[in-house]
Formats: sequence, C-alpha cells, structure tokens
Amino acid sequence: MTQKLVVIGNGMAPGRMLENLLETAPGAYEVTIFNAEPRVNYDRIMLSPVLSGEKSYDDIVIHGDGWYIDNGVTLYKGHRIVAIDRAAKTVTSDKGVTENYDKLVIATGSVPFIIPVPGKDLPGVLTYRDLDDVHAMMLAAQSRDKAVVIGGGLLGLEAAAGLKARGMDVTVLHVMPTLMERQLDPAAGYLLQKALEARGIEVLTRANTKAIIGDGKVEGVELADGTIIPATLVVMAVGIRPNTALAKDAGLEVGRGIVTDDKMLTSDPDIFALGECAEVGGNVYGLVAPLYQMARIAAVGLAGTGQDRFVHSETPTKLKVTGIDLYSVGDFADGKDREEIVLRDASAGVYKRVILRDDRIIGTVLFGDTADGGWFADLQKKQTDISQMRDTLIFGQSFQGGPSADPLAAVAALSDDAEICGCNGICKGQITSTITSKSLTTLDGVRAHTKASASCGTCTGLVEKLMVLTLGDAYNPAAVTPMCGCTDLGHDDVRRLIVAKGLKTIPAVMQELEWKTSCGCAKCRPALNYYLVCDWPADYADDYQSRFINERAHANIQKDGTYSVVPRMWGGMTSSKELRAIADVVDKFSIPAVKVTGGQRIDMLGIAKEDLPAVWADLGQAGFVSGHAYAKGLRTVKTCVGTDWCRFGTQDSTGLGIRIEKFMWGSWTPAKLKMGVSGCPRNCAEATCKDIGVICVDSGFEIHFAGAAGLDIKGTEILGQVKTEDDALVHIVALTQMYREQGRYLERIYKWAKRIGVAEIRRQIMDDADKRQAYYERFVFSQKFAQVDPWEERVSGKDKHEFRPMATVGYAQAAE
Amino acid sequence: MIWTTIGSTDDIPRRGARCVATPQGKIAVFRTADDQFYAIDDHCPHKGGPLSQGIVHGAAVTCPLHNWVISLETGKALGADEGSVRTIPIRVENGALLIALDAQLQAAE
Ligand code: SRM
Ligand SMILES: Cc1cc2nc3c(=O)[nH]c(=O)nc-3n(C[C@H](O)[C@H](O)[C@H](O)COP(=O)(O)OP(=O)(O)OC[C@H]3O[C@@H](n4cnc5c(N)ncnc54)[C@H](O)[C@@H]3O)c2cc1C
Ligand code: SF4
Ligand code: FES
Repeated sequence: MTQKLVVIGNGMAPGRMLENLLETAPGAYEVTIFNAEPRVNYDRIMLSPVLSGEKSYDDIVIHGDGWYIDNGVTLYKGHRIVAIDRAAKTVTSDKGVTENYDKLVIATGSVPFIIPVPGKDLPGVLTYRDLDDVHAMMLAAQSRDKAVVIGGGLLGLEAAAGLKARGMDVTVLHVMPTLMERQLDPAAGYLLQKALEARGIEVLTRANTKAIIGDGKVEGVELADGTIIPATLVVMAVGIRPNTALAKDAGLEVGRGIVTDDKMLTSDPDIFALGECAEVGGNVYGLVAPLYQMARIAAVGLAGTGQDRFVHSETPTKLKVTGIDLYSVGDFADGKDREEIVLRDASAGVYKRVILRDDRIIGTVLFGDTADGGWFADLQKKQTDISQMRDTLIFGQSFQGGPSADPLAAVAALSDDAEICGCNGICKGQITSTITSKSLTTLDGVRAHTKASASCGTCTGLVEKLMVLTLGDAYNPAAVTPMCGCTDLGHDDVRRLIVAKGLKTIPAVMQELEWKTSCGCAKCRPALNYYLVCDWPADYADDYQSRFINERAHANIQKDGTYSVVPRMWGGMTSSKELRAIADVVDKFSIPAVKVTGGQRIDMLGIAKEDLPAVWADLGQAGFVSGHAYAKGLRTVKTCVGTDWCRFGTQDSTGLGIRIEKFMWGSWTPAKLKMGVSGCPRNCAEATCKDIGVICVDSGFEIHFAGAAGLDIKGTEILGQVKTEDDALVHIVALTQMYREQGRYLERIYKWAKRIGVAEIRRQIMDDADKRQAYYERFVFSQKFAQVDPWEERVSGKDKHEFRPMATVGYAQAAE
Repeated sequence: MIWTTIGSTDDIPRRGARCVATPQGKIAVFRTADDQFYAIDDHCPHKGGPLSQGIVHGAAVTCPLHNWVISLETGKALGADEGSVRTIPIRVENGALLIALDAQLQAAE
C-alpha cells in the first residue's frame, strides 16, 4: 500500500529530495507538503539577481504549479505547521489542517538572526531570506533613498549590491575589520571592499550597531561610537540560525540544528530532517551543495534503495554580484605548519592565494580571476601532491605542462571526476556522458538532465566548454532563433550587420545576408524596414510595401475592413473647439461609433478607407494630427492634472506629458511605446505600468520604465531620479533611443530590458553622461525626418492610390 | 467571360495591390516584385479580411487580420491553414491590365 509522506517546508532541499524520490520510487508515497511561504519551490539562491533586477521571479521557479499536479503532490501554500504529534503521527497547520503521516520530513530551513538592539522591530527593518523580503526591499527602494545593510557577509553584500542597482544610497556596516572574514582572508576582503566602494557602496568596518533609531519608522542606525547613519531602510543580514523550534517542541533531539544520523534520520525513526535545519556529524550547513547531498540520502532512505551516508566536504563560496569575481574554499588561516603561494596583480585587480600543508592544498582564495577555482578545489579534494608544479601552481591549470592558455584545453585536461557544478556535485564525466547518451545539444537540455549549472549558474561557462568539447561543431552556444524562415540569422545579428556593412535598402540586406527567399515575408520585411528607418534616418526611404496595413494607411484596420481614426490629444488635454470639430466630422461622415480610448483620447470607428483622406482633411483644419494609434511608435503620453489643479500635485505633470509627446511624436520604435506622467506617487496616470513613466515628487522626477499592462502585467523598474524637467526629457529620450537601437522588432521595452539587464540600462542612461548625450542627439537627429504628420501628407495627395479603388465595374447596361 | 480593362500596370506599386469594385464584391489585383499580376477575390477564406491590404511577398499575400498566407497563383491558403479564394483570370496588354469577368459585368465608365 502507498504510504503517506508529509514534508514540512518547501525549500530547495526537500524539493530536490522529492525529485530524487519520484525518480527512484515513483508511486511509493502519497506526498503532502506544507509551506509557510505562500508559493511553490523556487531557487532561493537567485533572489539576489531578482533584487538587482537581472532576473524575475518567474525565472527562478524550480517547480511550477504544474509540477505538483503532474506528480500528484499536494502542496499547502501559506500553511505553517504549528505542531507535530509523534504519538498520533500527525501534523497540524496554523490554518487548522491536520494530516497524518507514515514518514515525516522536516525541512524548515533557517531563520535570519536579528541582533537584539533597540529599534529592531521598527517598520523599515528587514531581513533577507525569502521573496517577500525581496519584494519589501524593492518597494522600499522605490520610495526611499538611503539604506543601511548590517552585515558584510555573502547575503549582506548581495543585498547591498541589489539595493544599489535599484538606485538606493547604500552603506554596509560590518563588525569585523574586513568583509566576509569567514570566507576571505584580509587581503581579499580589502579588495572586495574597494570593488564595492568603486560601485558607490559605502563600507564601514569595525562598525558595532548599538541601536536602530526612529519614531514610528526607521530613521537611522546608531553605532557604539555614537555615529548616526541616516537610513530609511535597514536590512539585517548578520547570520542565520537553523529553524528548530517545531522539532524541539515535538521532543526531537536538537543541538545547533535538528540532530540526525548520517542517513538524515532524527531521533525518531519515522522522521527525517534535512536542509539548513539539520545538524549532521556535528555540522550545520548554509550552502546548497551539502543540502543536495542530504536530499539524495533522504530520498534513498525513503525509497529503501540503498545505504548512502552523508560525508562532510568543503563547499566553495562565490559572491553573486555581477562584475565581482571571488572564490574561496577550505582553510586559509595562517599557521606554523602552513605555506602559502600568493599572486597579486594590482593593475588587473587580481589576487590569488593558495594555502598548502605538506605539499597539499588546504585552502584557496581567489579575487578578480576565479577561472581556476574548480581546478584548485579539485586538487584539494584529491589531496594531490603539488611539489612537481609548485613553481607554476598559482598561475593555474593552463600553465601546467605547457604554455597553452587555452581555456578549452584546460577544461579538456580535467579528469572525469573533476567537479564542475559545486552546488549539485556534478562531475565532468557525468556531464559528458549524459550529453552523449541523451543526445543533448542545448545548455537547457544539459541543465534539465544533469542539473549542472542549474542552481547558482556560476559554472555555466565550464558546462558550455564541456559541450563544445563533447559535441564539437554540433554545439553552437550562440544558437539563436532566426528572424523567420527566410534567414538563419537572428534579429540581433541582422541589426549588427546592417550597421557594420552599411546596408541601406531591404534588397541590399537580403542580398548581403543571403536571404533564402526572393523578397522576404510578412515577418521579416516590416522588421527590416524598421531597422533601416532607425539606423539610417537621413538616407533610407521608408518602404511602404513592407509596412503592415495600419502603418501604410495611417489608421487601424477593423474586422470588417473599415478603419478607425484616433487624433492626438496632447497629454490627454482637449478643448471645446477640438470636441466640436470631432463632432462635426462624425456627423459629416456618418461615423458609426465614437469611443474614449484607454489612452486618453477619442477614437472614431467604422470609417471607409476611401473616406480617410477627407476625414483627415477636416480634422487637420481643426489642428489635429495623427495619433499614431496604429504605429509601432510613440502612442500616447497619459497624464494627470498635476499642479495645475490637484491639491497633491508636486510638479506640472500635464505640462511635462505634453512636452514629451510633442518632442517625441512621430518616432518609430521596435514596438509601441506608451508613456505616463503622474503628478505625485498616488499615480493617477498609471505611470508605473507604462513602457516609460514619470512619477513627480517634491524633489524632482522619478523616471520609470519597463512596465507592462497588456498580455503581461508588470510594474515598472526605476531608472533613476532627476531634478529638472529638462533632465527628465533628456533621460527619457536617451532611454528611448537606446531601446530603438537595440530592441528587436515587436519587442516591448520590458522584454528588451529583461534581455539587456535593467542594471546595464541604468548604467548607460543614468551613470554615463556621454552615452546619454549621444543617444539623445541621435534621437533628435532622426526626429528631423520623422516629425511629418502623415495625415497632412496624404491630404495633400501622397499615396493617392492607397485610398481609391483602381476601377469600378457595374452591370452591363442593356442599351449599350 | 468578358475581358475588361481595369487600368494600367503602373497603377499598382510593386509588392502591392489595388482593388476593383464590382457588384459581386471587391477584387484584389496584385503586382509582385518581379511584375507578375494576379487577381483574386478581396475576401480572406478565414474571416473575410481584405487581402488587398496585406503584405505581398513572393507570389503570396499575408492577410492583414490574422496572418493567413494566401497563394496568389492558386488562391489556396498556404501552410497549415485550409481554405481558398476565387482566382480571376488577368492579362497584360500593352501596359493595360485586363481581368475576365462574368458576362453580365462590365466597366461602368
Ligand atoms: C482603442 C483601444 C481600446 C479602447 O477602446 O480604449 C485599443 C485598441 C486596440 N488595441 Fe490596445 N487599445 C487601447 C489601449 C490599450 C492599453 C491601455 C493603455 O494604453 O493605457 C493596453 C495595455 C497597455 C499596453 O500596451 O501594454 C493595450 C494593449 C494592447 C495589446 C497588448 C500589447 C502587449 O504587448 O501586451 C495589443 C496587441 C498588440 O499590440 O499586439 C493591443 C492592440 C490593439 C488593437 C490595435 C488591435 C489591433 O491590432 O487591431 C486595437 C485597435 C482598435 C482600434 O482600431 O482603435 N492593445 N491597449 C485603446 C487605444 C489607446 C489609444 O488612445 O491609443
Ligand atoms: C539571498 C540568498 C542567497 C543565497 N546564495 C547562495 C549561494 O550563492 N549558494 C548557495 O549554495 N547557497 C546560497 N544561499 C543559501 C541557500 O539558499 C539555502 O542554503 C537553501 O535554500 C536552504 O534550503 P532549505 O530547503 O534547507 O531551506 P529553505 O529554502 O529556507 O526552505 C525552508 C522553507 O520552509 C518553510 N517553513 C519554515 N517553517 C515552516 C513550518 N513550520 N511549516 C511550514 N513551512 C515552514 C519556510 O517558509 C521556507 O519556505 C542563499 C540564500 C539566500 C537567502
Ligand atoms: S482588448 Fe484591445 S485588442 Fe482585445 S478586443 Fe479589446 S480593443 Fe481589441
Ligand atoms: S481574415 Fe484573413 S487571416 Fe483571418
């Protein structure tokens, strides 16, 4: 009979355990999971890239809802288990659900340690452990300006880098003399501090927090020496404690963690514990590699398929802050019996130190260049005698046995049992044999089948090299989705080659880039036309036959073949004169429907194509121009009433919106571009779900971008804050031009930003004044050619053929 | 069948189309990049979209409403879609375009 397995906690360790169990003994258990967090299993390690904006929550989900359904696993989201009754063999959740078990797994993880200082409970004091913490930090980053992170360890520094990337002023307080002192020696700690300071993060070491001060909410942090550091957000990342309360209450043996034997069994033979809450062999762990080992062993125990035992091993530490490479493993304290080899390259910012005892490596610290981390760790694990290569050891693997510095050769030289993926304990041989046996050709395939590089991702480069070695030419790491069936090239390559080869017509592109069809298709031609319009504003003659009908007819085609007409109402403002003109047009042409759009203007629907020029002529008389409601270009700039009328308005949001719309109308963009300007954070213009939005605040203008409210819903990211309206315009224009030059056709800003990285966009637009100015100027130049009202052109006779039938044929007249 | 002149070849841009209005509905007349001419009913077999408004590529047009691709030579939907539209005989004579219509129809002007 199937037994009942209940799991408490749905973190990374039990998630992995269930994968193993379902693989080795499918159907052996009916599984129920209780998770205090109201969500599925996700990659906690990757919270830092979510915080910094490099990834989204969706990217880091390990098991989506479908997984639980497919595997018949019941997941109670948002249920915290409050009691285990070992006699009755039941668990009960805070929401009142009781479930009985045959086997129980406790995987409650850790709780962040809160230093017991006055003010620790003030609103604005956060920890860094789960998605809710990340959301809270992202929210705080939106409206608050200064953050203090207490704790200069791995978590604290990742939090600091993430908050900095979100535009906050960040100070890190660390009680020890150097950062990450448990993983780094003082030299590397110093280099790390310099690297953080170079990014604008302030670091105070030997900083002993005395109190968090504030009246009703956080206002600052007071140090033991009396210094006060102002802050509106405080993140405490000073360490974690195994979450053992539940086990203790149930009478299980608890030391630092829940004590288990090397098969992950607790003092109750029906209860396993694993993950950060477990103590095995006297050790507790805080990195996933050993937790995944526990997961495997517990799964074997539950399946009854073997006798594996947990063995301790050293896990390397890496910091996941883009652009800072550090790696440390093992023991690096000084000592009489130890020797060390050190390499410093100040100009390259590189520091490497290998600690030896009896000609064997016992520890490694690398900063700035971590490529050889795996190799050193492997030598350490195998306790290889290094006396033969001692002179060149520090230069790394490629210097052993030859002058070759070819990274591919270095990977080729690794032995089959060299560990490639530290998180998942996957060796080279496992990866190469799986690639071959499963005929894998993509990185995703290798991740799915071996788990290598699927957790923290830092070994992705190594895995890719293994794929090259195993597959040769069959592996194309840059394999891209082609634009369409007419070419093998992807959008980015095409864009690059258009500029690099100076291609200025669609036929030239098709010829030079070896298009497979004679004149393309309805997918590639509009894309090429846009790229050429964008890249050669002065030289390229727009190819109307490559535009979708709406952009050719400058109106939106409707399902019955009629068209709709939407004139601009700058910033949503209108007047009696404009409204009267619209009313007259509606009457004169018997327009069947008039509607207020979601973009603050008026849509006239059901107009015959033949009538369009005459409708435009009348609208033009009243001063209207095309609203480009049909364009992959600037659509509307939605505004609120701002300081003109609103009692809360902080700036002239209507005026800024109109100014932006007047400056930017007519420009073509990869996909449609919608903006909003709100006069205060109440955000009545819904600026935080627009492609680009502005929230006016007392001290200036907060520029947002990459929101979505169509097929996807997504709040914006913050680009940064500027002081004046002029600055706001320049930043918005520069951002738009960057997107125009890099976006793929039909790729909205939020998708582009996700691909390029929000941090990179911020760097180019906010931090690099020269780049910003250059983007701005290129946009202004291209507007010279773009700001021509297409309606007026057509009223004056352009493209007449488009709006008239070629001939009209009637019934034959009998008389004729 | 009556051959009726509907205009000259220059009236239609390359990779473009024009319409001819008839009492039986619109006919779409196409000109490809290599100066081939085709005429078909201006009525997509899917949901009646005006094919004359689509993008012309090769000897095919992509419907502007939901992107079906229709062969100008056969009138049949290409790819996975199924359906077809009437094709109308067309010829070029000294730069003039003529289409063949049912006997009771002829040019009004
Ligand atoms: C008229 C209007 C609805 C209304 O009656 O209010 C409208 C009508 C259409 N929308 Fe929209 N959208 C209208 C506001 C919106 C909004 C709201 C907004 O802009 O504040 C959104 C969500 C915001 C956004 O864009 O993310 C919106 C998201 C979409 C989408 C989904 C886009 C996406 O990438 O997620 C489409 C489909 C597409 O573009 O491929 C779409 C496509 C369309 C099209 C163009 C469908 C089509 O291809 O024929 C409709 C054209 C009707 C016409 O002829 O006028 N419409 N559409 C609104 C015109 C605003 C304007 O003044 O220009
Ligand atoms: C920001 C961050 C970055 C990290 N970076 C790295 C890294 O680069 N490399 C690395 O190896 N490790 C890293 N870690 C550590 C790694 O994420 C953890 O070691 C790992 O997630 C622990 O897994 P676990 O299953 O033991 O516990 P968790 O993943 O913490 O899961 C425990 C779950 O149990 C739930 N729970 C607790 N009590 C109850 C209860 N009574 N009833 C029901 N549910 C309960 C909790 O809500 C939680 O969801 C990082 C951690 C964080 C927070
Ligand atoms: S939501 Fe937009 S696209 Fe959908 S039917 Fe309405 S107007 Fe058309
Ligand atoms: S009507 Fe032509 S594709 Fe739908």
